[in-house]
Amino acid sequence: MNENLFTSFITPTMVGIPVVLLIIMFPSILFPSPSRLIDNRLVSIQQWLVRLTSKQMLSIHSHKGQTWALMLMSLILFIGSTNLLGLLPHSFTPTTQLSMNLGMAIPLWAGTVATGFRYKTKASLAHFLPQGTPFPLIPMLVIIETISLFIQPVALAVRLTANITAGHLLIHLIGGATLTLMSISTITAFITFTVLVLLTILEFAVALIQAYVFTLLVSLYLHDNT
Amino acid sequence: MASVVPVKEKKLMDVKLGELPSWILMRDFTPKGTAGAFQRGYYRYHNKYVNVKRGGVAMVLAAYMLFSYCPCYKELKHQRLCKYH
Repeated sequence: MNENLFTSFITPTMVGIPVVLLIIMFPSILFPSPSRLIDNRLVSIQQWLVRLTSKQMLSIHSHKGQTWALMLMSLILFIGSTNLLGLLPHSFTPTTQLSMNLGMAIPLWAGTVATGFRYKTKASLAHFLPQGTPFPLIPMLVIIETISLFIQPVALAVRLTANITAGHLLIHLIGGATLTLMSISTITAFITFTVLVLLTILEFAVALIQAYVFTLLVSLYLHDNT
Repeated sequence: MASVVPVKEKKLMDVKLGELPSWILMRDFTPKGTAGAFQRGYYRYHNKYVNVKRGGVAMVLAAYMLFSYCPCYKELKHQRLCKYH
């Protein structure tokens, strides 16, 4: 049982060929590019969703921050679609791998910090010291603010990994429990099954929320620095 | 084998077996040509299976599910219901 639980998170290789690259690229074919004035249903729905999200997310930024629109929109689409596809049975979710989330979080965070330092050096350095701190506390507070700055990308990556992995693990565990309970006592199995249904609904929500949170935080870091 | 229409302009299904090597050599293997081939293939797949009035993405997702079953098979083999594992 112990080994079986984590085997769904190993990177899939079929007869020695790592298909993980194909799986990472798969969500892109589910988003066809709009080619006409009025497209088919799928493309229209996606266009509407992208417009809605981009208006809501980019309204707080200045002109400089809005040059990041493409990056943020593709980020939320990628994370959202990858998380949702991971809820299909037997599928592999790339966002459960810490390596990939770190690879997404660190460059984006570093980009926002570098933008801040390059264009508004004094203001970015001023973030290290909140307003109105008592004079003796200043050295300690600068150290604390530095640590909190450097922990931002790690927190972004680990948050996403942990949430998605925990959700998948819970589904595996409760599903296994339901199956074993069916031969012991049907009523308990039914209760466990209801828990499983509720959990799956939660997982759908978490998949979308995590994408949103990731992108929102990146945009927040951007807002601080532009 | 000679034919009335020149080999260069035929589609793959019309090319006779003996003319296949010359047809393959005729295709342009420049990066632009290869990219164009992928683009055409993708749009043929898209217009035939996704861009239809009813259904579309559901079939793609079902195929993806079946495809992702293959790497998992090795571990799932042990979870079958049988008397002796």
